Amino acid sequence: MRLKNFAKALILTILTSPVFAASPSSDHSDSDHNKELHTEHHGEERAETAADRSEFIQHHLQDAHNFVVWDAMHWVIPMPVILIDDGLHMFSSARFGHHEHDTVESKGKHYKKHEGIVYRSDSSGKLIKTDGHHVKPLDLSITKNVMMIIITGLLMLLLFRSLGKSYAKNGGISKGVGRFMEPIVLYIRDEIAIPNIGEKKYRKYLPFLLTIFFFIWFLNLFGLTPLGVNVTGNIAVTAALAVLVFLLTNLTGTKDYWKHIFDPLGDAMPWIAKFWLYLILWPIEILGIFIKPFSLLIRLYANMLAGHTVLMSLIALMYVSATWSWLGDPLALILSFAISLIELLVALLQAYIFTMLAALYFGFASEEHEHHEEAHSH
Amino acid sequence: MQLLESFSFGLFIWQIVLFIALLLLLKKFAWKPILDAVDEREKSIESALKGAEEAERRMQALQADNEAAKKEAMIERDAIMKEARDTRDDIISDAKTAASEEGVKMIAAAREEIDIQKKAAIADIKTQVASLSLDIAEKVVRQKLSADGSQKELIDTLLNESKLN
Repeated sequence: MRLKNFAKALILTILTSPVFAASPSSDHSDSDHNKELHTEHHGEERAETAADRSEFIQHHLQDAHNFVVWDAMHWVIPMPVILIDDGLHMFSSARFGHHEHDTVESKGKHYKKHEGIVYRSDSSGKLIKTDGHHVKPLDLSITKNVMMIIITGLLMLLLFRSLGKSYAKNGGISKGVGRFMEPIVLYIRDEIAIPNIGEKKYRKYLPFLLTIFFFIWFLNLFGLTPLGVNVTGNIAVTAALAVLVFLLTNLTGTKDYWKHIFDPLGDAMPWIAKFWLYLILWPIEILGIFIKPFSLLIRLYANMLAGHTVLMSLIALMYVSATWSWLGDPLALILSFAISLIELLVALLQAYIFTMLAALYFGFASEEHEHHEEAHSH
Repeated sequence: MQLLESFSFGLFIWQIVLFIALLLLLKKFAWKPILDAVDEREKSIESALKGAEEAERRMQALQADNEAAKKEAMIERDAIMKEARDTRDDIISDAKTAASEEGVKMIAAAREEIDIQKKAAIADIKTQVASLSLDIAEKVVRQKLSADGSQKELIDTLLNESKLN
């Protein structure tokens, strides 16, 4: 009980917002946990099925409506659930119950979670189906991922604002934590933005590139902490980032960019000959506009998800067999350590690749004719 | 289908909204001051380097100027020295000529003087010889009156007397 109070105090001090002031998990008897996978404190308990392990991994890769700080200790921070379903519904995620099996009533409607997703249900907890589909409200909850996005954003604001301020204070020389970030900022400017976009126009895209690089990198690194955060391995997040890249590319596209897509041959051929070629080229070029950012979203999503899956599978190896544990446990430990190191590299690499390719697409979008000729003369 | 079913539009919307907000905030409060400061710093470094180069160039020019001035001074010094030497030589040779001319003149004057003295002496001698001869002749004439032997003796005595003179 003392530990629980300590947890409460800790959480309250860290997250002062009234939203998080709700009490952590309510009392549960020990027998309640049997279905959950809390064997960390009972080493000899290795009785789960393969399906349980798979579910455990999947659960940890998914977004969640509450923030589980320490599963075994029931340090769970409930977060606001916000649903838009003929009006606004707001309630604490704690109301779904510890196992998230409870039905929540809000403004005359009932909601129930199934595999991490909130569905409309009837009062008994049975999911409502219309036209063969479960009814899903628009879920604008502050989920674990949204929370992490906000935390990362605040961290970035704090870090880079202090870096920005330190220049004026120290006469053009950076001081403090930001100093570590300055070479990276300059690297993105000199090695990513300028070579890909060009000296003339890079300034317009640089804030986006810097923001997206550090955002992805920091979230990738958070993903390696034991908090079980998997923001960049969530397809909704990577899709949103890719959509932003897509919009920025095509909304700032120059005349030459569109000419490159719809009239790549220019004056090289008479009009009538070009037309037949363009019947083939146009669909390819138009598809290319969408495929480029789509590849961004899939690459980041798949890499991060795969990394997390591999890491968790290796950790789960420890629970596979009690008989072979003398071999399996050290092996799993070594392998998961090695994979963690690789993931540390991947975290940076994926942020770099995303930023690099975004810069490349911005470079296409902002290309002008003289740039084009210059490129050919090399 | 599992992927599409679990695709959270809520998270998608949050991500877009939060990212744009983050982008705008960072752009205003972080990226602009950072990039401006870095640009300014790079410009100041560049200008400092250029200034150093300029100073170097100026110093080299100054050094070349100094070198040239030094050379010029040396040439001038040499010229002055040469002139002085020439003047000295001229003075010496002039003095020499003047001295030799003076000598010649003095010698000539001395000769003239000697000649004059000589002529005067000769004239004197001539007068003395004439008077002596007259004296002798007078004495001789007087002796003839007495004896032959004594005449001869007288002549010798007179001659000796004249010699003594």
